[in-house]
Amino acid sequence: MDSIKKIISRYKKDRTRLLDILKEAQTVEGKISDQAIEAVAAALKISRAEVEGVISFYHFLSDRPTGKYVIYLNNSITSEMSGREKVALALEKEANCHFGQTSPDGLMTLLETSCIGMNDQEPAAIINGVIFTSLNEEKVKKIAGQMRKNIDVQEMVEEYGDGANQHDLVRAMVKNHIRREGPVIFGDYQTGQAISQVLKLTPEGVIDEIKKANLMGRGGAGFPTGLKWELCRREKSPEHYVVCNADEGEPGTFKDRVLLTERPEMVFEGMVIAGYAVGAKLGILYLRHEYTYLKRYLEYILENMRQNGFLGRKIAGHNFDFEIEIKSGAGAYVCGEESALIESAEGKRGDPRDRPPFPVQNGYLGCPTTVNNVETLATATQILNHGSAWFRAMGTPVSAGTKLLSVSGDCDRPGIYEVEWGLTLNGLLDLVGAKDTLAVQVGGASGQCLSEAGFGRKLCYSDLATGGSIIIFNKTRDIFSIVRNFLDFFIEESCGWCTPCRAGNVLIKNKFEKIVSGLGTASDLAEIEAWGKLIKATSRCGLGQTSPNPVLTTLTNFREVYEKKINKETDFRSEFDLARSVEQACQVTGRKFEEEREDA
Amino acid sequence: MSSKPVIATASLAGCFGCHMSFLDIDERLLELIELVEFDKSPIDDLKHFTRPVDIGLIEGGCCNAENVEVLRSFRKNCRILISLGECAVMGGLPAMRNTISLKDCLEEAYLNSPTVAPEDRVIPNDEDLPLILDRVYPCHEIVKIDYFLPGCPPSADLIWEALTALVQNRPMKLDYQLIKYD
Repeated sequence: MDSIKKIISRYKKDRTRLLDILKEAQTVEGKISDQAIEAVAAALKISRAEVEGVISFYHFLSDRPTGKYVIYLNNSITSEMSGREKVALALEKEANCHFGQTSPDGLMTLLETSCIGMNDQEPAAIINGVIFTSLNEEKVKKIAGQMRKNIDVQEMVEEYGDGANQHDLVRAMVKNHIRREGPVIFGDYQTGQAISQVLKLTPEGVIDEIKKANLMGRGGAGFPTGLKWELCRREKSPEHYVVCNADEGEPGTFKDRVLLTERPEMVFEGMVIAGYAVGAKLGILYLRHEYTYLKRYLEYILENMRQNGFLGRKIAGHNFDFEIEIKSGAGAYVCGEESALIESAEGKRGDPRDRPPFPVQNGYLGCPTTVNNVETLATATQILNHGSAWFRAMGTPVSAGTKLLSVSGDCDRPGIYEVEWGLTLNGLLDLVGAKDTLAVQVGGASGQCLSEAGFGRKLCYSDLATGGSIIIFNKTRDIFSIVRNFLDFFIEESCGWCTPCRAGNVLIKNKFEKIVSGLGTASDLAEIEAWGKLIKATSRCGLGQTSPNPVLTTLTNFREVYEKKINKETDFRSEFDLARSVEQACQVTGRKFEEEREDA
Repeated sequence: MSSKPVIATASLAGCFGCHMSFLDIDERLLELIELVEFDKSPIDDLKHFTRPVDIGLIEGGCCNAENVEVLRSFRKNCRILISLGECAVMGGLPAMRNTISLKDCLEEAYLNSPTVAPEDRVIPNDEDLPLILDRVYPCHEIVKIDYFLPGCPPSADLIWEALTALVQNRPMKLDYQLIKYD
């Protein structure tokens, strides 16, 4: 218990650090014990139920004992397409247990997890915080052998990826896969230059420049960044905050991973600039738990920036102080939603808040907060470096500049592409080397699934607005498997607050399976569409509002696939099977059941 | 065939509460008798269908094979079928057993319960008893249901409004009080 007390006092009994405290406690004890919960609740002066609520909310927190090596295997659709099932079976064989269990010898715990941001190198897993990519049966065998010899998991990484993945503080096998370097994110850049420029302007002048550049949010929603900063600045409050949303959980996106690996200074500089613009003294990088392997490296980058006078007190010799701290999530897709993210950053369950008030009015610790995407902040830095006119000359009139695309699935060159807005899907498919394409999922699970008819559409805010997740499926793939994977994802990730999202998606999934099994009718299709619309209209956060998209957009764009499965003769067909539903009763009573034909 | 619309009702895995609520239309029963005729129903105690029925009202979900048989016969004989009340619509209280296996349920009730005398420890097993289903099903999972009247029970006024609207072939007037459940 002493170690738990030490952890609590190291975080100064700070309520907003609850997640960090619990994660460390779990590392020490292998689980979050009853005594640890009591101790934490008492020290932070919160109820035991509140602590338990937090533990049960996040995937990576557990109050049950785990094995020495905890293996989280990604279950995203690209993982499935890259041979996840074989890897899973191999793991089960080596561990001698099923997923969701700990091996009898207590060595391994096998768990599933949603997309971990490695879509370009699947199947991937996180083992005790260390990333393993491109897994296959052989590698599993080897890793398992090393586990039996009690080898430290970091030592199992034999070959490092490119760039900063080789850095002493990262040492990851992750590959960047930067396939196309554009002029903004991968253009000319020198750390601190933008900050020095900015501090000569007034905060209003900075906001003005961002507005002139017409920068819109890169996370997917596309809210104008200049306006967001202005709204935040306008709110009267003793404190303002900047939050960098590095919780990229949208299946198929991994651009922030690469940005934080190769351009962290550009991102942090963007946070300093945003801080100056809105009048904040503190910025928080909310780093998704899956990217914890980058944390020490990012701390080191921050320290470098401090040393060079670009962070901390009197930045670049001006009368402006700004600090950045890194906070980590613990595994929850919904925390990518800005109000849920703020709750999580405060050390609570990541339940979305009612809006309004918006975070720019009432955000972190009740103060005005601007929450910006990683790429948005990096782009802002470059706009201040090169000017809004330079930026607007790229892209389309409505969608200025470039966009990072995370491309995965069936193509020759999956990875990161920085392209100007306005590129058509066809153009992109050529660029990435995709052949015989059946479907393209634009914007991840919450986005839309497009068929060939839509491949002429443009990637831009006025047509296909996207956070940049592009998953390609060729003609050997089955639309139903894709939809099923995404539906399971939303069922798993719903926070459970709104009934339409929590229960509605389960009902849609059941109906979907009925159709896939060949028992569906036209009325089932109509019901799925009606329920989908209801869920979209009555859920309060972006997760619920987009959760029926996988099934709704395929119903529109791949209608014929569903139609083929539909029974045309009748409008109603029950899945109910009387003989099967009395089986248990027959077993218990020893009776036999003979169904009388209705028309007999 | 009568010129008046014909109504049939049944209570499956319910508590007859919806039927009691039906009776709560009170003196309007006399008005109803002017409007419709009853066929198979506990109200007139007719056990079998005697003619084609216009409106069937089903109380309760299905917990055993006999419920399924009755429900199917209603679907066959009724032009319009209505799920009446929570149990018919969603399974209701009986569906609380749905998270427990039937075997565990029966063993707890008839073998392991402290209130069962040792000599009585037997799971009822007479061939006249209908076989129990693995779980309780709402009616629309077994046959097509045309309308749903929620409530536990649906109020007399709601039942009255639904029936008269159907019989007079006009849209229902759903005042807030009729569909307010807290």
